[in-house]
Amino acid sequence: MTMAPAMGETSPEKLLAPVLSAFWDEPRSWTLETYLRHDGYQGARKALAMAPDDVIGYVKDSGLRGRGGAGFPTGMKWQFIPQGDGKPHYLVVNADESEPGACKDIPLLFAAPHTLIEGIVIACHAIRSNRAFIYLRGEVVPVLRRLHEAVREAYAAGYLGTNVLGSGLDLELTVHAGAGAYICGEETALLDSLEGRRGQPRLRPPFPAVAGLYACPTVVNNVESIASVPAILAKGKEWFRSMGTDKCPGFTLYSLSGHVANPGQYEGPMGITLRQLLDMSGGMRPGHRLKFWTPGGSSSPMFTAEHLDVPLDFDSVGAAGSLLGTKSLQCFDETTCVVRAVTRWTEFYAHESCGKCTPCREGTYWLVQLLRDIEAGKGRKSDLDKLADISDNINGKSFCALGDGAAAPILSSLQHFRAEYEQHITGRGCPFDPSKSTLWADGPQNSHLEVNA
Amino acid sequence: MTHDVQLGMPSLPAPDYPAEVRERLAADAKEVIERYPDSRSALLPLLHLVQAEEGHVTRTGLRFCAETLGLTTAEVTAVATFYTMYRREPGGEYQVGVCTNTLCAVMGGDAIFEGLRRHLGIGNGDTTPDGKITLEHVECNAACDFAPVVMVNWEFFDNQTVESAKALVDDLRAGRGADPTRGAPLCTFRETSRILAGFPDPRPGAVEASGGAGPASLAGLRLAKGEHPPRVGPPRRAPAQGDGPAPHHEEGEG
Repeated sequence: MTMAPAMGETSPEKLLAPVLSAFWDEPRSWTLETYLRHDGYQGARKALAMAPDDVIGYVKDSGLRGRGGAGFPTGMKWQFIPQGDGKPHYLVVNADESEPGACKDIPLLFAAPHTLIEGIVIACHAIRSNRAFIYLRGEVVPVLRRLHEAVREAYAAGYLGTNVLGSGLDLELTVHAGAGAYICGEETALLDSLEGRRGQPRLRPPFPAVAGLYACPTVVNNVESIASVPAILAKGKEWFRSMGTDKCPGFTLYSLSGHVANPGQYEGPMGITLRQLLDMSGGMRPGHRLKFWTPGGSSSPMFTAEHLDVPLDFDSVGAAGSLLGTKSLQCFDETTCVVRAVTRWTEFYAHESCGKCTPCREGTYWLVQLLRDIEAGKGRKSDLDKLADISDNINGKSFCALGDGAAAPILSSLQHFRAEYEQHITGRGCPFDPSKSTLWADGPQNSHLEVNA
Repeated sequence: MTHDVQLGMPSLPAPDYPAEVRERLAADAKEVIERYPDSRSALLPLLHLVQAEEGHVTRTGLRFCAETLGLTTAEVTAVATFYTMYRREPGGEYQVGVCTNTLCAVMGGDAIFEGLRRHLGIGNGDTTPDGKITLEHVECNAACDFAPVVMVNWEFFDNQTVESAKALVDDLRAGRGADPTRGAPLCTFRETSRILAGFPDPRPGAVEASGGAGPASLAGLRLAKGEHPPRVGPPRRAPAQGDGPAPHHEEGEG
């Protein structure tokens, strides 16, 4: 029997389920010594005693779905790797967390990098790989330092290198820092980047499972997906399936940010609702109400207060017209101008478009021109239809999902807030005061968390 | 930001590094290349490495990468110009990046950027005359629960205000240094680039600096343990006693 969190339940002890984050409050949580005190590498020991195919089957049975945005079953992705093909197999961990709103993998790696390394050991055993890479975005040097150190510790203790834990598995792990490009979070662009090229998405098929890194079979998984595997092995697939929903089991990190009283990471079962998360965490900042929010970062169509009770699992959010994505719950209150928010996101997509596909490269440019005019009160009514038209010409018409992501905030905001766009046009300007939206707008007593770590 | 557009005669080949520099970099490059099954994968780290040498990616640096990996300078330049972390012109010792993606911008990032721009008297991408600070807009840096965020040499300064950011750059310009809320005491942009090339930070205590997870990262865990947060956070003027310094607590402009 799987249990989605009951509606109306507000007790954090019952609703939350810290697994990955369970020991992040330890003083030296990032060290191997701390990790071992919290059953570290027990999952790997169990997995290494199993046949590789059995590990794949076990992860498949657990129902784990990729935590990087698409929700594809992790075990199935592993199963696609051809066996006995004589080619090297690669595991590449996507730690290029760059989606606006996404902020789960970076704190995970800062607080507990060994969770990922243990997951890598298990995954490489399963897919018969001797070579793994962590592709970390470059702009997070504190995390890079801890990964360097964790990998060094893991080699020294025999969790990496030759004959891992006496199992016969040889495993080399390289930490690779990127150099600033959102597009490299797209798995085929990431592979091109890791090969020392401009990060531009590849046409698929062939999929990375057949021709990935150096044209060899490659699994690309998100940090949180791989980091979730050790607990599944150690505590059992039944335990994992006891959380979340039937189709989307397990625990996950929800990242709450924006105009909320207590932003942060909240780890709980799949299927929790934003209402439950807000109720338990202190709600929106005092005196304000939720206006719009993203369930999965800026590339997921925005929701409003009407959607507070949508269960946050891949299927339910999809059915409600958006994407669970990276579970990046960016909450904006009534002081926020939706046109300003969408314009800024669109500028981001235009800046980050890799330029390969014409609809995305040209479309995002023109969307920015139109939106800047509208925000500045220089737009025309017909511009709104043009925005929708251009968005439609990008959506689904490029190699990768960056273009779809660019269209999502525009189309969804036009759906929910068309009147606000019109107000900018008829009123010849923006009716909002941006100073009201700041962290310090209501005085220092409302600043959310203390600065120090 | 403007970049050289040269029409007419192509420029002469870039000068090489002095022999001793080249020898030192060649040894580093060999170590980097050995991490990969295919040498071209070393290109991004090597670009970080040449940036560590001169503070930006020079034509000499591009030539070094090309010769080391058996690529043309055009191939290397195509890659170097694709990624935003490679500087194409000299910059300051400290790169101050203000997140102005939507969430940080709305929460105060726009005001912080504007405040710094006026305070320093420079625009986006520019460097102060003393060579200390390069001011930049940066995109979302995976710290939305700590918004608004300022990055200095890619270390986190969380929950910033206009005043705290001004005090931060004043400290940096005066040589007083600064300790990030998450990360190690600041090193120079060039030293940071070397870490990015894959050479671990050699400073004792750098890995431990600033302690464990930041407070927002622990919000859910504390709730699950029965520690119910107050609806309203503590005032900024009362820094928690912790294991790391908290240099900037000034209130924002109302």
